This record gives sequence, C-alpha cells and structure tokens, in this order.
Amino acid sequence: MTEARIKETIFKLLKKIAPEADPESLAPEENIRRTLDIDSFDALNFFIALHEELGVEIPESDYGQLNSIADMVRYLAVRLG
Amino acid sequence: MAEFCMPSLGADMETGTVIEWKVKPGDRVKHGDIIAVVETEKAAIEIEVFEDGIIEEILVQPGIKVTVGTVLAIIRSEGALAAIEGPRAEAAEAMKAPPLAAAQPVPPVEEPHPMDLHRLAAPAVEGPAKRVKASPYARRLAARASIDLAGLRGTGLEGAIQAADVERAAASREAAAEAPGPSAPEKGPEEMPEAKPAAADFLAGMRRAIAAAMSRSNREIPHYYLQTRIDMSGALRWLEAENQKRPIKQRLLSAVLLLKAVALALGEVPELNGYWIDGRHQPREAVNIGFAIALRQGGLITPALLQVDLKNLDELMEDLRDLIMRTRAGHLRSSEVTDATITVTNLGDLGVETVFGVIYPPQVALVGFGKITEQPWADNGMLGVRPVVTATLAADHRATDGRRGAQFLDAVNRYLQEPTKL
Repeated sequence: MTEARIKETIFKLLKKIAPEADPESLAPEENIRRTLDIDSFDALNFFIALHEELGVEIPESDYGQLNSIADMVRYLAVRLG
Repeated sequence: MAEFCMPSLGADMETGTVIEWKVKPGDRVKHGDIIAVVETEKAAIEIEVFEDGIIEEILVQPGIKVTVGTVLAIIRSEGALAAIEGPRAEAAEAMKAPPLAAAQPVPPVEEPHPMDLHRLAAPAVEGPAKRVKASPYARRLAARASIDLAGLRGTGLEGAIQAADVERAAASREAAAEAPGPSAPEKGPEEMPEAKPAAADFLAGMRRAIAAAMSRSNREIPHYYLQTRIDMSGALRWLEAENQKRPIKQRLLSAVLLLKAVALALGEVPELNGYWIDGRHQPREAVNIGFAIALRQGGLITPALLQVDLKNLDELMEDLRDLIMRTRAGHLRSSEVTDATITVTNLGDLGVETVFGVIYPPQVALVGFGKITEQPWADNGMLGVRPVVTATLAADHRATDGRRGAQFLDAVNRYLQEPTKL
C-alpha cells in the first residue's frame, strides 16, 4: 500500500473521530492527540478503526509511538509492506 | 390514565423541546420504550416511558419549548382500560407522581428563571414536590387552555381539581377576554421557530445550564476535599498482560479499572452514593456513576453508567464505549441523564495531576482522577519509581464527614491493589 493511500485512510478515520477537524492541514510531525484533542477513548476507537480498515493489529505498547501523522504513516507502511 | 411529562433531565434543566415523537396516538408502549426525543440546553435525549399502556393523545407538538413538568402526552394504562373512571379512581391516579417525575432524583429548580421570555403561562413549574392535586383530565384541559392549576380551587376529593373546575376557570377567563379592555393572557406555549438551535445558541445554552448547576453547587453545598496518591503498578501490569491477550476491540482502558474500584468502594461507604434533597440525606442502593464526558464542540455531559458495581470489566468497557459514542452522537436515554448517584471525572488524558471537583447537585460526592504518571515512591524503606494516580474526593459535608470520605479513598486504593478482583 502506498504512503498516499495510508495517509488518505488516516485522514478519513480521523475525520470520523474529530468531525470538526481538518487533518489535511496538520503538520506531519504535529502531535495530533493534542492538536485534535483526542482522548484515550478516541485513540482506542481510532486504532480499532485502523485495524478494521487496514487489518493492522497495533499492540497497546506501540500506542506511544503513534502521535503524529508521520509516525503513523511510517509505522503502518512497514507493516503493510 | 397517566401523564407523560417533560422530565427533568438534570438539576440544571428548566425547559425542553420535544424534537421528535417516536410514537403516535394508538401505539402500545411498555416500560423502558423510547417514545420521544427531547432537546435540552445540553443535548438531545431519548426519553423512556416507565409505564405500560397505549398512547391516548399527544399534547405538545415537536418544536415547542416547554418547562419541566409540562404534560406532553396522555397514556392510557393497560390496567385502567377496563376500570371505571370514577372520581375516586381519578383522585388515586392524581396522587401518584407522574412516572418520569417519580424516577427523577432532582428537585424542581428554584433558581430565578434565566429565560423568562420563554416562561409559560400555564403548566409551568409543577415539580413533584409541590404538585397540585388534580385529575388527569383536568390537567389536560388546563394544559390546553393554559390555565395554571395552582391558581384554582378544587372541588374534588381532598380538594383535588376536577375537570369542571378548569372549565369554570376557562369560561370566566373567556368572559373577561370578551369584555373590552386589556386582553386575556396569550394562549398556548410559545412557539420556538427553529426546531434545532444553531450551534452558537446550543453552546450558549449549555454554558447557561452548567452555570446554573455549578452556581447552585457552590452556593449550597459545603464541600470538603480529600486526596490520596495510589500506586498503580499492580493494576497497570495486570491490565497490560490482559490487553496483550485480547484483540484490539476487547482491550480495556485504565479508566474502567478506576470506575469499578470506585463502585466497589461505594459498597463500603454507601453514604457517598446518593443525594441531598430537601434537607435530607438520601443514599441510593444502585451505584450509577455519572461519567464526565467532554463534548468536542465544548461543554460537558455526565451521563450515568448504570449499576457499575454489578458489572464485570468487559461489560463496563462496552457500556462506557457505547455511552461515549452515544453522548457525542446525541443519543442519550433519559435514565442515563437522570439516574447518576455520584460523578467521576477523569482528566488524566490532559495531563492534569489532581482534580478538585465541584459536586453536581443533588449528588453528594464527586471523585476525580488525574493522569497516571511515574513518581518517586517510598515503600518498605526503599525508594523506587511507580506509576501513580492522584485520586480526590469532593464530598458534601452535610451528608458525610471526612472520616467516611477517607475510608472511601482508602477502599478505592485497596481495590486497585487487587485488580483480579475488580
């Protein structure tokens, strides 16, 4: 899967969780939890949605690595080959 | 006959607007059915009925703002179908509080009305505490004619107002209206042209609602505060191991452990679970924890997780997930917004260490949790680093004393040291 597709999926799912946000406008390294005000419930729901959409199982211990769009794209790109 | 009234969905609610009826006259309803959607200043709430019967008549159409206690619909109860409606039966019915009013823990709000413009001439403030005795039919007539029952003299059993009394009042008012001079009071509830207020209005309404409840809390409730630090290493170790075994959809959040520990601790200090109403402490048996949920557009709602003490962690996680989703989507049920017996605020996600809570009246306690952070921790003469959460209790000093509050926090700590028992 291309990075562009991964990004597209991330944006789509983020919009579901934070409908008023405009994820495309975020800087790639920005901490989205803070910027989009995502609490631990939103985060878990987001990871569940990612799993459903892309089939990637993200262990809890990795949550801390996934704070920005760039982090997530990197992380998912490795696992989606 | 039973009346289905605009319920009080919180100490801060004064008016509500039916935005949708889920039933029509002739429909059969049973206890627990959602029959209407009501919009308050805070949210759209799905309203349950606590009665079995048949919808006889709908009295308030969608889009009209009415005060709490206004009769919205008449429900013919199954049992009463065959019964003869003598004055005695009617009086007996009138003695019963309306079903929703009975379920609500909240006393009528006595605050000066911030929105007097929208105040109704008629059924207005008719809370359970100062309910005028009247037959259901009389009530219906009065509601239709915008006649205030409180101003009438009843000629029925024990002074209960009967239909004839209302008709007399209506007739005399009409006579007055026909006479030249100042016109009679405007009829009918005020129409609210916009069924759904714009976002800005909604936010302003939410702010007003929170302001009313919190002002009342600070004015009336003598708060006392206690705080304790809790070592979370055992609980988090257990949680991590547990979550590793689980597919992502079944993973638990630490918030669920905290909620369950609070519920079990309330079993040991039940005085903190309940209300202070009419100068009296009224503990409740069911542990329904109001969980403060921030809304993305601003403001917050504290819907209740029902009977937390009786649920296992999986059920609680599922309930919490469901509740948060529905809160944000605006699909809360009336029992969830009225039945909370205590509130838990968890501000850990925002990095806050300590919560100093303001109790949500008429509840008597609020439990706050901050962020779980690594802190130096001395144990057995050794200094180490542990994940620690600060738990606080804000409690109503009229209802409990610091000693019981301390016992409660101690119990919360104890339960969190034994996560397998949660």
